Amino acid sequence: MPRDCGHCCTRISDLNVKINGHHILQNINLHINCGEILAIIGPNGAGKTTLLNAILGEMPYTGKMSFLVKKTRANKPKIGYVPQRLQIEPNSPVSVQDFVSASISNHPIWTGFPKKVADQCLECLKPFSAEHLIKRKICELSGGELQRVLLATAMVPTPDLLLLDEPGTGVDVSGLVLFYELVRGLRTQHDISVIIVTHDLFGVAEYVDHLVLLNRSIIAEGTPQEVLSDKKTFETFAFHKL
Amino acid sequence: MIDIWYKFIEFCFPFSWTHYVFMKNALLAIILISPVFAQMGTLVVNNRMVFFSDVLAHSTLASLAIGVIFGFQEPSLVMIGFAVLLAIAINFLKKMSNLSMDTVLGILSAFIVALGVVILSRQGGFSKFSTYLIGDILSISTEQLASIIFLWVIVFWFWYKYGNKLILMSVNASLARSRGINIFWLETSFTVLLAIVIMVNIKLVGILIMNSLLVIPAAASRNISRNIKTYTLSAVLISVISGITGLIFSYYWGTASGATIVIFLTLSYVITLIYAKILQSR
Repeated sequence: MPRDCGHCCTRISDLNVKINGHHILQNINLHINCGEILAIIGPNGAGKTTLLNAILGEMPYTGKMSFLVKKTRANKPKIGYVPQRLQIEPNSPVSVQDFVSASISNHPIWTGFPKKVADQCLECLKPFSAEHLIKRKICELSGGELQRVLLATAMVPTPDLLLLDEPGTGVDVSGLVLFYELVRGLRTQHDISVIIVTHDLFGVAEYVDHLVLLNRSIIAEGTPQEVLSDKKTFETFAFHKL
Repeated sequence: MIDIWYKFIEFCFPFSWTHYVFMKNALLAIILISPVFAQMGTLVVNNRMVFFSDVLAHSTLASLAIGVIFGFQEPSLVMIGFAVLLAIAINFLKKMSNLSMDTVLGILSAFIVALGVVILSRQGGFSKFSTYLIGDILSISTEQLASIIFLWVIVFWFWYKYGNKLILMSVNASLARSRGINIFWLETSFTVLLAIVIMVNIKLVGILIMNSLLVIPAAASRNISRNIKTYTLSAVLISVISGITGLIFSYYWGTASGATIVIFLTLSYVITLIYAKILQSR
């Protein structure tokens, strides 16, 4: 069960997003404590990515979003973000070591890696069984390997809020199980809040504390059992033939 | 300072072309320009800005035209100013609209060339501007050499400070933003620097081949690189070697040096491509 330390939380109240006069998100109210894993599920086009972008500060919205970090109100919490995919070409020369070092250190990567930076990089990858990937190019990684590298990088420095965008994309079942196990481990180790955005309703249910069904507005929410047994969940997904 | 260089070249290369001061200056220019172009090029390719840098180079004609209309004596300052403004304008456009930048840049490029040609060709006076099209590296002066060295320092500093951030941005912009990187300012300052690099060298390199000097070394280097360090280093090496070879061959063939350099750059691209295919098939 999640441990609510009462020190940090993310609260979203009355969030609305309009694009060209169309309501993409309507009256979203969410509350997530530290140590809690929340999954936002919904069919394609439900506004999941828009909500994520609003939390990341990339999408203008109306409403209120507040973050409480260690009992103090923070305008900008440290957000660890694991994107759905990267914008790289099949022959991109960026290696895992390049990517991780560019993210976590200021040492200019094109001059090579002194031992300190290389060690830092290994340290970062180790807990995610990804240290053997260090010399590989990121464009050559499998879906699961890439997700682990992205997760490792998102955890340095330890974020207050971890956002995972469709972690199941291009990942096989065993890879996804390993990934969710890692995320669950992080929650207990670091007491961070985790938000997972996915359309993979059944894959994620086992690993989360709270489920929110989104389709432009919140359709249902509660524990995974509650949401999965809700008639509205069935209707929403059956309608979209997912 | 420059005399030491002349003596050094005559000592290292006891051939007929080293007797000419313009060849020795051009060689120095190639050695100085190529690394800057290669380094900027690696990021132009990574950040998918190939078309963008082409537009900047093409804007030369329009800025020359503006210079002519307002009677400026020194066109290069107008050119730099115009290209910088254009770079900032395109960035704003990109931020504000959801238009496909490919199409917008295509239209802009055509318009800006047409505008320049229309103004410059009034009363049939276009031919005196044709050096800007194919460039003339042999006409380099010692002042220009000094400005290239100055540019070198700025580019190197920029890379040292912002290289990591630019690479992260090329991998995923949202991810970079979530790590506190201000994408808009980073992109704008990179494009402004790119505009300056292009404009300072446009008369030497030429509008038509400017982009190939930026893009080909990076593209060739991509074929054989497995990390950013080798990517940058081999782009610089490919650029310098093709540059020197092209310059020397252009002397013996009596051809335009810029274009000859591009031929050798393309050759190096083909060689790296074949090399990569052989490695893959093993």
